Amino acid sequence: MTGSLVTRFLRYQGEVALLMVETAKALVLGKVRWRLVGQQVVSIGFGSQLVVIVTGAFTGAVFAAQSYFKFSEFGMDSAVGAVVSISMCRELGPVLTGLMVAGRVGASMAAEIGTMKVTEQVDALRAMGVHPIDYLVVPRTIAIMVSMPLLVAEAIGFGMVASHITVVYGFKVPGSWYMQHVVEHTELIDISIGMIKGFVFSILIVMISCHQGLVASNGAVGVGKGTTAAVVVSSLALLVFNFFLTLILNYMSPLGPSG
Amino acid sequence: MTMSVLISNSMNKEQLPEKPCADRLQGKNFFEVRDLQKSIGDQEILRGVNLNIRKGETMVVIGRSGEGKSVFLKHLIGLMTPSAGSILVEGKELVGLKERQMRDIRRKVGILFQDGALFDSMTVAENVAFPLIELGIKDREILLQRVGEALEKVELVPHMAKMPINISGGMRKRVSLARAIIAEPQCILYDEPTSGLDPVVSESIDRLIRRMQKDLCVTSLVVTHDMNSVFRIADRVAYLREGKIYFLGTPQELRDSKDRYVRSFVEGRPVEKEDA
Ligand SMILES: Nc1ncnc2c1ncn2[C@@H]1O[C@H](COP(=O)(O)OP(=O)(O)OP(=O)(O)O)[C@@H](O)[C@H]1O
Ligand SMILES: [Mg+2]
Repeated sequence: MTGSLVTRFLRYQGEVALLMVETAKALVLGKVRWRLVGQQVVSIGFGSQLVVIVTGAFTGAVFAAQSYFKFSEFGMDSAVGAVVSISMCRELGPVLTGLMVAGRVGASMAAEIGTMKVTEQVDALRAMGVHPIDYLVVPRTIAIMVSMPLLVAEAIGFGMVASHITVVYGFKVPGSWYMQHVVEHTELIDISIGMIKGFVFSILIVMISCHQGLVASNGAVGVGKGTTAAVVVSSLALLVFNFFLTLILNYMSPLGPSG
Repeated sequence: MTMSVLISNSMNKEQLPEKPCADRLQGKNFFEVRDLQKSIGDQEILRGVNLNIRKGETMVVIGRSGEGKSVFLKHLIGLMTPSAGSILVEGKELVGLKERQMRDIRRKVGILFQDGALFDSMTVAENVAFPLIELGIKDREILLQRVGEALEKVELVPHMAKMPINISGGMRKRVSLARAIIAEPQCILYDEPTSGLDPVVSESIDRLIRRMQKDLCVTSLVVTHDMNSVFRIADRVAYLREGKIYFLGTPQELRDSKDRYVRSFVEGRPVEKEDA
């Protein structure tokens, strides 16, 4: 590895972008192995549910409690539902789900593909005329792109239910009253924004993690480093992208008196 | 075919009429390697390998450990990119092709990796079936039958449901061999097929290699350290030394060679001093 930090960073971005282009090409031109897609949906989507539900529910609950403590000081109890709902849909749901999935799924992708790389299994695929991107990256990409938006929706849903339980049963706010504020201030677009973010994050996670796997070298140590890098880089990228996504999406669907 | 047939047939292989291989008679080359060079970092591994591998012949490549035999083999199907040189496969240039363009060439060639390279997420049977499934064969009956046949050739039928991690190193090698031959490719590259195997199995693997050549007219390239197997299977022998083909000839010529490096390798003793 030569070159300054900047050139290395640029080269890295180039490599990931190239992988993305190759994957897009493979999606269009190549043969999709639906059996593998199914397996990946089970392991990525189905397998992540517990993590996502727990994250969503407790985030919703704690956020509702904190908002209630502060807002009730000013007699603004009615704003709690709106604040919790908008934050869960637009920010906390997608970001926390993304971070959890990056940790759980990104790590396993990088470790699995990385191990296959250093034990020549990737070469064995190539030797049999099977493109590693077709076989390893495409099924994971399709599976995570389908799963993430649904996982985000799930996190939001459980977050809202948990916030409802917290506020209504914990602080004796009338249930129908709380629900009414939530519904009044939440629109389909808010949930859509969460799911769109989830979709974008899924691409970040799968590309960064598969890339780390495919470039792994140096045996077990290399695979370990690649796995760590996959989680760290995809989590950071996700947070940075989230900021810009928020700006873009807010421009398209502004929050405010009219929205 | 059962193992006993395999053995009894090859027992009297001397009497068997040599099946004429049309291509071999025409003397066409499967691989033509020209001035192949490969450096990794500042290490020059291959320094200009020139070698033709004729269709239907069994070429054995020998050389000291770490001389670059595995690296050479990987170049032949484009798993590594050379620093310089050219590789023609049936007259078509391989060097410079894109990954996807190599598919047709790779489907003609089977490879047995030195360390097996089995897919550890699949059972033995699934590993062996993999090349057929990728060729589009879906019928379970046919798959089972052909996997059974291939595993029978390497005496592993009872272990077909095990995972690769749960079988011995020698068994993994044989599974990998079954995977390399199952799709009946035109050419098979064997990277040390008998290292780590007991003498009896080694002998039967050598016979298998020989039979593949006789029956299916397969072109074989075998990397090995085992001099017994060199004399059992080779039509020609290439000795890779210091990144080049140092010696090329028939097993008889190898035996008769007076060159001190060749002698030392064949006899397995240190190189004689210059004027000894
Ligand atoms: N991916 C790689 N990166 C760096 N060096 C490599 C790589 N692959 C092989 N080498 C080097 O190339 C040389 C030849 O390796 P190769 O595996 O081809 O040897 P070999 O002749 O097959 O030996 P053996 O008989 O022990 O299998 C070795 O010095 C090895 O260190
Ligand atoms: Mg080797």
